[in-house]
Amino acid sequence: MLTLTCPCCGITADETELHPGGEAHLKRVGPGSSAEAFETYLFARSNPKGVHFERWRHAYGCGKWFLAARCTATLEVFGTYLAQNAAPPPEILAAIRARRPDWTPTAIAPRDPEPAERPNE
Amino acid sequence: MAEALARITEISGLGMIQIRAVLSETGPDIAQALGIPIPERTGTSLAGARRLCWMSPDELLLVLPRDQVAPALAALAASLAGRHALVLDVSDMRVGFLVQGPSAGQVLAKLTPANLSAMPQDGMLRSRAAQVACAIWRQDEGFAIIGFRSVADYLRALLVNAASAGTSLDPR
Amino acid sequence: MTDAGPFRLAAGGRLIDRAYPLSFRFDDRELRGVRGDTLASALLANGQLVMGRSFKYHRPRGPLAAGVEEPNALLGLGEGAYFEPNQRATTTRLVAGMVATSQNCWPGLGFDLGAVNGWLSRFLPAGFYYKTFIHPRPFWKHLFEPLIRRSAGLGKAPTEGDGDRYEQAYDHVDLVVVGGGVAGLAAALDQARQGKSVTVLEQAPHWGGRTPTDHPDGQARIDGLLRDLKALPNVRLRRNCMATGLYDHGYLIAREGLADHEPSAGLPRQRLWRIRAGHVVTATGALERPLSFAGNDVPGVMLASAVRDYIVDYGVAPGRRILVVTNNDDAYRSALAALDAGLEVAAVVDARMNPTGALVETLKRRGVRILPASAIAGIRGGHRIEAVKLCSYVGAGRVFETLAVDCVAMSGGWSPVVHLWSHCGGKLNWDQQGAMFIPDPARPPTGADGAAMVTPVGAAAGDLLVAKATGAAAEQALMPVWVMPMNASRGMKAKMWLDFQNDVKLSDVELAAQEGYESVEHTKRYTTLGMATDQGKVSNINGLAALSAALKQPIPQTGTTTFRPPYTPLTFGTIAAEARGDLFQPLRKTPLHGWHEARGAHWEPVGHWRRPYCYPQPGESHAEAVAREVRAVRGGVGTLDASTLGKIIVKGPDAGRFLDMIYTGMMSTLPVGKCRYGLICNENGFLIDDGVAARLAEDTWLVHTTTGGAERIHAHLEDWLQCEWWDWQVWTANVTEQWAQIAVVGSQARNLLERLGGMDLSSDALPFMGWAEGTIAGIPARVYRISFSGELSFEIAVPAGRGLELWERLHEAGADLGVTAYGTEAMHVMRAEKGFIMIGDETDGTVIPQDLGLGWAISRKKPDYIGKRAQDRSFMAAPERWQLVGLESTDGRVLPDGAYAVAPGVNGNGQRNMQGRVTSTYLSPTLDRPIAMGLVLRGPERMGEILEFPGDGAVSYRARIVDPVFYDKEGVRTHG
Repeated sequence: MLTLTCPCCGITADETELHPGGEAHLKRVGPGSSAEAFETYLFARSNPKGVHFERWRHAYGCGKWFLAARCTATLEVFGTYLAQNAAPPPEILAAIRARRPDWTPTAIAPRDPEPAERPNE
Repeated sequence: MAEALARITEISGLGMIQIRAVLSETGPDIAQALGIPIPERTGTSLAGARRLCWMSPDELLLVLPRDQVAPALAALAASLAGRHALVLDVSDMRVGFLVQGPSAGQVLAKLTPANLSAMPQDGMLRSRAAQVACAIWRQDEGFAIIGFRSVADYLRALLVNAASAGTSLDPR
Repeated sequence: MTDAGPFRLAAGGRLIDRAYPLSFRFDDRELRGVRGDTLASALLANGQLVMGRSFKYHRPRGPLAAGVEEPNALLGLGEGAYFEPNQRATTTRLVAGMVATSQNCWPGLGFDLGAVNGWLSRFLPAGFYYKTFIHPRPFWKHLFEPLIRRSAGLGKAPTEGDGDRYEQAYDHVDLVVVGGGVAGLAAALDQARQGKSVTVLEQAPHWGGRTPTDHPDGQARIDGLLRDLKALPNVRLRRNCMATGLYDHGYLIAREGLADHEPSAGLPRQRLWRIRAGHVVTATGALERPLSFAGNDVPGVMLASAVRDYIVDYGVAPGRRILVVTNNDDAYRSALAALDAGLEVAAVVDARMNPTGALVETLKRRGVRILPASAIAGIRGGHRIEAVKLCSYVGAGRVFETLAVDCVAMSGGWSPVVHLWSHCGGKLNWDQQGAMFIPDPARPPTGADGAAMVTPVGAAAGDLLVAKATGAAAEQALMPVWVMPMNASRGMKAKMWLDFQNDVKLSDVELAAQEGYESVEHTKRYTTLGMATDQGKVSNINGLAALSAALKQPIPQTGTTTFRPPYTPLTFGTIAAEARGDLFQPLRKTPLHGWHEARGAHWEPVGHWRRPYCYPQPGESHAEAVAREVRAVRGGVGTLDASTLGKIIVKGPDAGRFLDMIYTGMMSTLPVGKCRYGLICNENGFLIDDGVAARLAEDTWLVHTTTGGAERIHAHLEDWLQCEWWDWQVWTANVTEQWAQIAVVGSQARNLLERLGGMDLSSDALPFMGWAEGTIAGIPARVYRISFSGELSFEIAVPAGRGLELWERLHEAGADLGVTAYGTEAMHVMRAEKGFIMIGDETDGTVIPQDLGLGWAISRKKPDYIGKRAQDRSFMAAPERWQLVGLESTDGRVLPDGAYAVAPGVNGNGQRNMQGRVTSTYLSPTLDRPIAMGLVLRGPERMGEILEFPGDGAVSYRARIVDPVFYDKEGVRTHG
């Protein structure tokens, strides 16, 4: 039962007040995209053990979506930030590096939907 | 047997207006139209019988006597004309209850995971009461709690049950 | 004094008040205890030593402990709606009139036929069930399982609903101290003085833990701490409150007993606390371990600490002539307590070579015989110890003396209670000196900030003496003893119990090791060690020491099993708390709910809503009511409560563009004043909702969703607006509950509405798929001319508070027209007659609009909409899909809902191939014949083909593929 602080209203909410939305920083591809790119967008998720970026909605609160950086193994929360960020902002990256010096952001940063550039494969 | 932890009464004659707008741009116009300051984040501001509640970064809820709704709507419409804003009469959408008495906070502590004791004097909390959405602020030696109309019976029963005599949360 | 029982001591008992006798019943005996007793202490005082039968062998068992770790003394408490099985007598506070019953024995506790299992015990080794009952397969269900179910098991499940009330509460606190013993109270005081808000939870009804029992000035020390704590405003002290589990981010669950086993108190029985703790201090103490010697489960063998608890705390003699067996100094306290109470101490049998120290010397001075380097070779006695056979600890158990005693106080050392520490990932170290696992401060459970969220103190941290707070003198080191005597024979080990509740013996663990089990987790499941309701509180360490010895590896290499919440069993009622009966879940009621209820509506749950399914009249079946309602609408006029339909306002300069992305069709081109049916898909291309949108103004639309879709679709809109197109200027508002919506349907609908007056509802003023604003019967209203039935239809939205008024006016004004309230089933039948799809019937999350013949509602011109790319995927565009058709029964029988159409051949699993299924099926009152819709492989290309739908058993149905529109194909009725 996590607690996350909504960056939109500043309230530290209980997990039961939040709605999860899966992995953050997916880039939408639409009509005209290749089958591979669209498959990646729809189905490929990083699911790391460790640092992860997620979408959450403060459903029973201000109703806003926000993003959270946390460790899926220890549940440590490195920070939360506004959903309009296309990539984790510098202060979030700094907070992660302070706690996980060995972490490499390239493995998890926004992935280009083209499979050739997917570092996880 | 001891008395109930708090008095639960339904608030009658409640009017509500929902406002969605970019507050940094339209806030002053809204405040002027209503004669009430824009509240701080998660706060409420009061002017007479009107309470303006911060619902989200781009949403306010004006709680006011039912008979003041129409003029308030008109004032908002005039001051926000041509602006990107949404103003709606939602007076029928929610119900409100007063939870009053020295142990009113204990009644709500049985229902919401939110930290009521951390709420500022003029604050408002949006959370859930057991299984339904609610918003809570301090009012009349206790709290006001609002929820959706369809679950009014559930919310009332929850409050009455949580206030049952003899169920104080004080250490025994 | 005789009132309080023959084994009640003449004096003493710090927790009892002899002035208040309490009568209670145990099986058929009327007994008396005193206020402050536990059920176990009261039973012991009455000479009732045997309190239960073991799980597997049905051996008679007395209490082993005096607290939460008790594995044996489990009783059924209460009667009828207040009955609860498997309650620990050692932690159950005696209440006047209490009714307790023994468990797992037949015909009675004294003589149990199941005890025959004990004689057969050498044929019931570890893994017996796995090995024996595998073959022949059919025997399992009809022979073995019923047999095992009858002979094994603990208490019986209650047969009535729980008569008690329960509640829950949330709390937020800087620091929670779990455990109100000396270490916990001292830690709480220290932290509270630094200004933190502190809550102390103590599982027992009294403060102090072991300190008042174990130390002469213990009570005074506790009283001093309590006095200081109570003076602080930032401290809350909760007794009878058991912390059962610690979860992520400092989420601590605790169970507070308010009126346990006192249904007449008029209070909730228990309260579940959900506490968000900034930090948790575990001052949970330690639990004593049994020693493994032959016959260590015979009633009268108890933990040494329990023996002195019964004497000191309850003034009860566990026996008259007591023998202490130990590997450490602490057990000497029990001998001392027995002596002080005037009981006889036959000897202290100490496995250590040369016991010394203050406690040992004190006992020697008082003339107690101390036998060093000694052990117990066996116990004589069945229902109570009669004698103890002694041997040298080193050796195979040659008996050198037999002592007549009626109680053995044993101590194999202590294990810190590390459950809460471990629940959320805290790691343990093996402490060689104390032969115990203790929390490793370097590997704590961590919270949201990544820092330690638990700090263990006192005995829970391995500081068993807590000398700083108790002033206790240093003690000689314990000597680990995992089997007694050292070279015990296999036969002796088969009488050494590790897990008393599940009847697991040392020989079982050795057998498991011999059979190749190495992992402690596997061994646990194979032998069932530690899997009983006590979760192995007294057995786990002894068990894994035995496994380690058998595997010839050090204990830390074997490791522990996983500690899982709850620490002690939690009753379901407490977990459910207030969520039962009327509060089980919220029922959403429309503004017209009361009217429907008063008319005897039969309800259909739709999400949390209750909608009238039909309004049966006296003597009418539901099917007859539905048929009547359909005919009334088709033949005149009816009204439907459509208030539950989702209503979402979408406004802004970019609202049209946004809705073009949300819907498959074009909404931006909809003229003001018009309505348009639209489909909403997800990015996978699948249809998730449908409904009519109305353009209210140049920059404003009203989106109608399905009843179940209101919150979901509003969230869907907000997700795309906030996260993808956040720079578009659009506001949304879910105003579903602001409006009551009433559908007035049928050829007489306009006639009826015109009688109420207020608006021009003529076809010219309000054509089909238009909307208008005005008043009806003096009520401000928005009227949509849309139809889900194929009839002339007006959906009228009025403020929710005036919905009932309009509904009643309609029924008054239309009485002579036969205006009929109709429910959801009549609505479903009529939409099916017209071939209209229903989200959730024709769709199941894998259906695209194209499957449903709804291509007309998809804009080809738009470059993009949510789901468009997915609908272009090869298998979505392929013709080999199941597509919507009508199905006409060939023999007049109604097709069963959900029935599958079979195709020739079988699949890889030998099952019939399938080529479609029934999605909606009704008896049409209008056409007086069955109608159905279904999804069929290439269905629209196969008109006229006959499909076979196997039903239950040998029954089979046949249906012809037809057009899905069964009624008024030309659509003339919509115009009245």
